[in-house]
Amino acid sequence: MDTLLMDGLAQATEQQSAADPWRGFAPGVWRRSVDVRDFIQRNLCPYEGDAGFVAGPTARTTALFAKVTDLLKQERAAKGGVLDADTEVFASITSHAAGYIDRELEVIVGLQTDKPLKRAIMPFGGWRMVKTGLEAYGYTPSPKLEEVFPVLRKTHNDGVFDVYTPEMLRCRKSGVITGLPDAYGRGRIIGDYRRLALYGADFLIKDKKAQLASLEVSRIDEDVLRLREEISEQIRALKELVQMAASYGFDVKRPAATGREAVQWTYLAYLAAVKEANGAAMSLGRVSSFLDIYIDRDLRDGVITEAEAQEMIDHFVMKLRLVRFLRTPEYDQLFSGDPTWVTECLGGMGLDGRTLVSKTNFRMLQTLHNLGPAPEPNLTVLWSEKLPDGFKRFCADTSIKTCSVQYESDDLMRGYWGDDYGIACCVSAMRIGKQMQFFGARANLAKTLMYAINGGKDEVSGEQVGPAFAPITGDVLDYDEVMARFEPMMEWLAKVYMNALNAIHYMHDKYMYERMEMALHDRDILRTMACGIAGLSVVADSLSAIKHAKVKVIRDANGLATDFEIDGDYPAFGNNDARVDDIAIWAVERFMTALRKQKPYRNAMPTQSVLTITSNVVYGKKTGNTPDGRKAGQPFAPGANPMHGRDKKGAIASMASVAKLPYAHAQDGISYTFTIVPGALGRTEDERVSNLVGMLDGYAAQGGHHINVNVFDRETLLHAMDHPELYPQLTIRVSGYAVNFIKLTREQQLDVISRTFHDKH
Amino acid sequence: MTQSSPVPRPGSVSGWVHSVETGGTVDGPGIRYVLFMSGCPLRCLYCHNPDTQHMHDGTRTTSAEVLDDIALYATFLQRAHGGLTLSGGEPLVQPEFTAAILRGAKALGLHTALDTSGFLGNHADDHLLEDVDLVLLDIKAFSEKTYRQLTGVPLRPTLEFAERLAGLNKRIWLRYVLVPNLTDGAAEIDGLAEFVAGLGVVDRVDVLPFHKMGEHKWKALGRKYMLTDTEPPSRELVERVRGQFQARGLRAD
Repeated sequence: MDTLLMDGLAQATEQQSAADPWRGFAPGVWRRSVDVRDFIQRNLCPYEGDAGFVAGPTARTTALFAKVTDLLKQERAAKGGVLDADTEVFASITSHAAGYIDRELEVIVGLQTDKPLKRAIMPFGGWRMVKTGLEAYGYTPSPKLEEVFPVLRKTHNDGVFDVYTPEMLRCRKSGVITGLPDAYGRGRIIGDYRRLALYGADFLIKDKKAQLASLEVSRIDEDVLRLREEISEQIRALKELVQMAASYGFDVKRPAATGREAVQWTYLAYLAAVKEANGAAMSLGRVSSFLDIYIDRDLRDGVITEAEAQEMIDHFVMKLRLVRFLRTPEYDQLFSGDPTWVTECLGGMGLDGRTLVSKTNFRMLQTLHNLGPAPEPNLTVLWSEKLPDGFKRFCADTSIKTCSVQYESDDLMRGYWGDDYGIACCVSAMRIGKQMQFFGARANLAKTLMYAINGGKDEVSGEQVGPAFAPITGDVLDYDEVMARFEPMMEWLAKVYMNALNAIHYMHDKYMYERMEMALHDRDILRTMACGIAGLSVVADSLSAIKHAKVKVIRDANGLATDFEIDGDYPAFGNNDARVDDIAIWAVERFMTALRKQKPYRNAMPTQSVLTITSNVVYGKKTGNTPDGRKAGQPFAPGANPMHGRDKKGAIASMASVAKLPYAHAQDGISYTFTIVPGALGRTEDERVSNLVGMLDGYAAQGGHHINVNVFDRETLLHAMDHPELYPQLTIRVSGYAVNFIKLTREQQLDVISRTFHDKH
Repeated sequence: MTQSSPVPRPGSVSGWVHSVETGGTVDGPGIRYVLFMSGCPLRCLYCHNPDTQHMHDGTRTTSAEVLDDIALYATFLQRAHGGLTLSGGEPLVQPEFTAAILRGAKALGLHTALDTSGFLGNHADDHLLEDVDLVLLDIKAFSEKTYRQLTGVPLRPTLEFAERLAGLNKRIWLRYVLVPNLTDGAAEIDGLAEFVAGLGVVDRVDVLPFHKMGEHKWKALGRKYMLTDTEPPSRELVERVRGQFQARGLRAD
């Protein structure tokens, strides 16, 4: 067939449809004001069937993916895993010319810079981070840039360190608070990228101008001034987005008119965001069921086939897999490689009881079969018992084959966040376009317990970091005495922690405002101050040991409690035993109570997560011996997991303990990582799928929030450690996201392997 | 089992338990709460839980305590289309304890499975069996000679129990551990398949390839493990044996 003729036809169809992009859509308020949820509610065609309809890769997809695979191979072989980096221009939405992998093959186009996998300079978070990053990978930043930063242009990082107090610096250094976004982009903001497809930039700019006009109020105070300036920046970003899209030959001033345009427009909006903001997590939101409405219209009109529909999604996903930021080696070590957390949510139920599962949810999962497993995009299924069985089974089957899916309870979150929320990063739910969070990393609760025992002195350095409360001097730890000191120490930590976060987010708004993402938000939004805790199971087990066994203190020459001797057994977290699970629940509620007493910047609502990502290893390294018998330097359990090997009653008991942790007091999410060998999930493939579905239903019914599912043999991982070249795509799930196993440090690999494998029988 | 009241309640029976596995997936349908009870009259050469053979090596508890713990998982098990499996050891070493737990599990609305060698089948009265939805019946060999060589006890009681279960129309999943040079005789397996098919209540046959994962437990107990030199069966052998059951119209995957 003559391909030229085909292209000509396709163009003609697109031109005709562009005149009426909303043809055939059910009307509603969404036509008059920006309301993507209303559009979805009125137009989505839920899909209750199974995966029988999905298509394999097209020849074009296979050819393009071969090129992508080759690029990724080159990248892995390059110094520090960085294939190319810009050294001249700092990134903005329009800073780079259009870039392609292979223009003839790409159905969806657009790259962060002019070449695939070439990393851009995003200096406003912190110049030092950029400079160190470039130099670490063998690049020299242009002297022109050195003239600009920090002399002419101050960055977020400079601002934060101008205002940090000595106490905050001490906490940061000791590691009682770690991972603060004070030198890099905070991320965790999800633009409603669907808005560009549904409305086009002209409509959105008009809306933003009306918002600006609504702020011509009688009292123009600091809050109003800031918002007016921000909205002006948002309008500028939208205009630049139009310009960037034009460089790829698209007119995004108007709405998308076809399925392919809807995917392209949505991606371009996302691309504009990742062209200038290098947030720690740059999540996508919940786009696939929205896109389904367009794809379904094209399929019904007979202008595309299922294979072409799948091709669009496969190509979109290939692009999402290529998003890169320039980081330092230390940063990569903390987060295990190069995560971008392009989190996309699938599934979920509507408030009216209909499912929001669409065929394009299946197509998204199908990318893992067509292109193989990968950490990005971070596919997240919003699980409900009421999800259609065919979808549940396809999710479970995909999990078992690829380990690339995570699950979060929609039944739990819907009551808090409605039915159009997305997940930022790993577990942070937010209403799309209506809510953002100030990312707050996490506080080390296990170290805080040690400070309580040692009167505010750090058990590793011996320095006075916390307030000099009276230390415990007895030889055997007394539960009531420890608790009487632990509570005020938590109160102190909550205060320093919140104040540090206020400093960070004040400066981030000032020097590194995310204008593109915020242009795709409403004028008035809910902000959460997302704090977090690490070491929950260490704390619960330590307090349980103190209460139920006899914990003797061993002190060093300076009288510092540096080790413990445990006499007797104690109930450990992860066995569904109320005697210790209640302590874990108490710790979550108690620290949240302390956080709620603080006053967060910009009237944000304080929340917390029980999530460590892979920093459980680093936290463990920085924390001395603890009263639960954990030795100095040993990793904490990830997220809300029980400590390694202490859950003795099997997977369901372990899940039950975690499911008890109160989401009401950890609204930024509770992460649980579950690893099982295939044989322990059932004898046949069919049974494994059924049993995994059963486990997910059971976990959600008990009130569990998040679960990562890994299904593989220990032997596979051991083999991959020694033969990484054979496992380029081996993906595993760790606290809240997925990583390429071979990109983990050896230490992290060993941690993953030693972590609870449920392998009975 | 530790968080409940220590006071035995009316109807509560004492017994011995080895351990609990809450996430079982291979001992009955769906996700299972598997209670491993201690004590077993058989001395199987390949036993992978030799630490459960002596009743008093377990922990003494009561059916009320056990049921309090099971109750914590009732919702989960129901949603996961699973239930309770009593295993061991041999649950029928402690028939009153077993009966009390089964009765309580039915009261919780759970599916129940009894994993047994059938040797002590006459310990299970009809009342006990009323509370059993599924029997996981291990027939470890089909000739008196092989059976006794492998287990140390006679085969007859197990076959009688199987026939009694068939008379009660009780559903059975047959389990057969395949050990090279011990339980792989084609004629014996044919005989077993014919017998089992004739029962008319066997919904599936699990041919379980012999493994040595229990060997370290024998060493820890200071006992000699007789099958050190025996290798797991080949894939071909496993397929042959499954085929023998399938040839009789049985489901064996």
